[in-house]
Amino acid sequence: MNAPDNHWLTRPGTIRWLWIIGYSTLAITVGLQWLIPIKGYFGVDSWLGFGALFGFFSCVLMVFGARLLGVLLKRPDTYYDV
Amino acid sequence: MFESLPPALALIGGALLTAAISSRQIRAFVVIGAPLVCLYGIWQVPDGVSLEASFLGYTLELVEGSPVRRLFATIFALMAATGGLFAFNHARRTELVAAQFYAAGAVGVCFAGDLLTLFLFWELMALFSTVVVWCGGTEKARAAGVRYAIMHLLGGVILKVGIEGVLISTGSLDVRPLQATDFNTWMILIGILINAAAPPLSAWLSDAYPNASPTGSVYLSAFTTKTAILALILLFPGESILIWVGVFMIFYGIIYALLENDIRRILAFSIVNQVGFMVCAVGIGTEMAINGAAAHAFAHIIYKALLFMSAGVVVMRTGMHLCTDVGGLFRTMPITMWCGIIGALAISSFPLTSGFTTKSMISQASVDEGLMLVYFLLAAASAGVFLHAGIKFPWFVFFQKDSGLRPKDAPWNMTLAMLFFAGMCILLGVFPQLLYPLLPYAVEYEPYKASKVLFYLQLLLFSGLAFFLLLPWMQRTLTISLDVDWLWRKGLPLLARFGARVGSPLVNAAQSRLDDAFNAVTTSARNTMGHAGPLGRSWEIGTTALWIVLLLMVYVFAYYLF
Repeated sequence: MNAPDNHWLTRPGTIRWLWIIGYSTLAITVGLQWLIPIKGYFGVDSWLGFGALFGFFSCVLMVFGARLLGVLLKRPDTYYDV
Repeated sequence: MFESLPPALALIGGALLTAAISSRQIRAFVVIGAPLVCLYGIWQVPDGVSLEASFLGYTLELVEGSPVRRLFATIFALMAATGGLFAFNHARRTELVAAQFYAAGAVGVCFAGDLLTLFLFWELMALFSTVVVWCGGTEKARAAGVRYAIMHLLGGVILKVGIEGVLISTGSLDVRPLQATDFNTWMILIGILINAAAPPLSAWLSDAYPNASPTGSVYLSAFTTKTAILALILLFPGESILIWVGVFMIFYGIIYALLENDIRRILAFSIVNQVGFMVCAVGIGTEMAINGAAAHAFAHIIYKALLFMSAGVVVMRTGMHLCTDVGGLFRTMPITMWCGIIGALAISSFPLTSGFTTKSMISQASVDEGLMLVYFLLAAASAGVFLHAGIKFPWFVFFQKDSGLRPKDAPWNMTLAMLFFAGMCILLGVFPQLLYPLLPYAVEYEPYKASKVLFYLQLLLFSGLAFFLLLPWMQRTLTISLDVDWLWRKGLPLLARFGARVGSPLVNAAQSRLDDAFNAVTTSARNTMGHAGPLGRSWEIGTTALWIVLLLMVYVFAYYLF
């Protein structure tokens, strides 16, 4: 079942390029706001990079929230079996 | 001919035929063909009531047509046909039969013109969806199916109490907009919300769906919660409490999915999350919001079924169901991977997928009503969906580490079903106007404004960045997360054991007293009536005759007096 793993997608060089392309895309989506102004509905959402920051920090908050709740809620996956 | 028959009959007929046919090939024609016949029937149903029947003195409106009813019935029939294509070669016959009855229940609810008909089809769904869960075939599936059945029977009883109350207080069984202002209407609302997996009774969904078979969970993902959305649209449009019920569901789904390790349970939590968007839209209640809820339900059934198909193929091919056990499957399962990614992009409402064109209608409805907090919460939730389903599902299943597993890709029929739904996700994303004529209200909405697309691209791509930067915090563990169902799965047994421990001395003391009293009575009876007792021993003839004379005298005397 096991096979030697030399898939092009797993090579360090490819992964480095993926990060470069990823960061470039992120920069472009924010930079494009100079060309295409975002018409916000409530004022604040038309600020430069608001969508980016809002999306990023919402996710950070949710991951932290999940981690905190996880302390209370997580149990071994055999919890209900015994 | 079709105008005078309930479209659900085609699926009931299909289920009966499936049960009777032993050839797998011929069964395939039935499980795909019957829903298509049903689909034809759905589009023959005119607006208004077209079929009535009399039952126990009530007039039942078995078929009532309207655009929103046809829309939901259409996607249910389409789902049943595609689910049949996906499942016919792998599912047990019992599961295929139950799934068609289940779909018939969903289509029946769509056209129910009165609450009694709605209730009957509602219970048909509960019954046969339980059978679909049981077809998982494991001990866990059996236990989860029992819990699922109890929850849905409870929901059914609550719904029925409300229906009876509304009938008595208003004299009408019509399916029409109500307001949750009294006990009866609240009972109906609660009964429906249980099927929508609203809090606090959401756990049945994430408990049961992942324990069904890989094919069964595809069917399960489609019908129950979405018929609840249709019922809310028909009965409680604009009920403002639903906005906050929906928002709670959205974030509940995200947080629990982030904590989850089971592949299909992640998707189950994301059903609650997505249904939350729809519940919120019904609560907003404007024409734009109702259009958004209906359109999103349509799109959601497709991409959610696609995600469950992709996950189902992985579970079927690898025998694994945990993120910690799989990974690196992109090498040998490219079709399943790409279909999973398209489903994941659609659920994340990525531009050019169906989720973008439908979910943004709900956001637009919140803007139109000036609901700023709701709008920003929905935007944050969109980022959260990308985080927990859009990236997490494909990343942990198809990429992350190399698990060493090299399973084959999906069989041809499963591939066809996945490609069809993946194509639908993109088609409705690129040409959203195809769906607009089917929506309940006229649509004046343009999803692809450059400004809006750019805002969502920023939102989603930066949530992707957050995922990869926080990846060490997202690594899966061999854990489950406690939910409200802890109360009856652990809490009640614990309470019973505690009660037994505290109460046993009291029970023992009471039992000892009872034993003493019983012994006293039996000893006394033995002493009086035994061989040596005054009433039990042999008497002399003379003494006996004397007693008889005395008793006769008493009798004669009493007779004389009275």
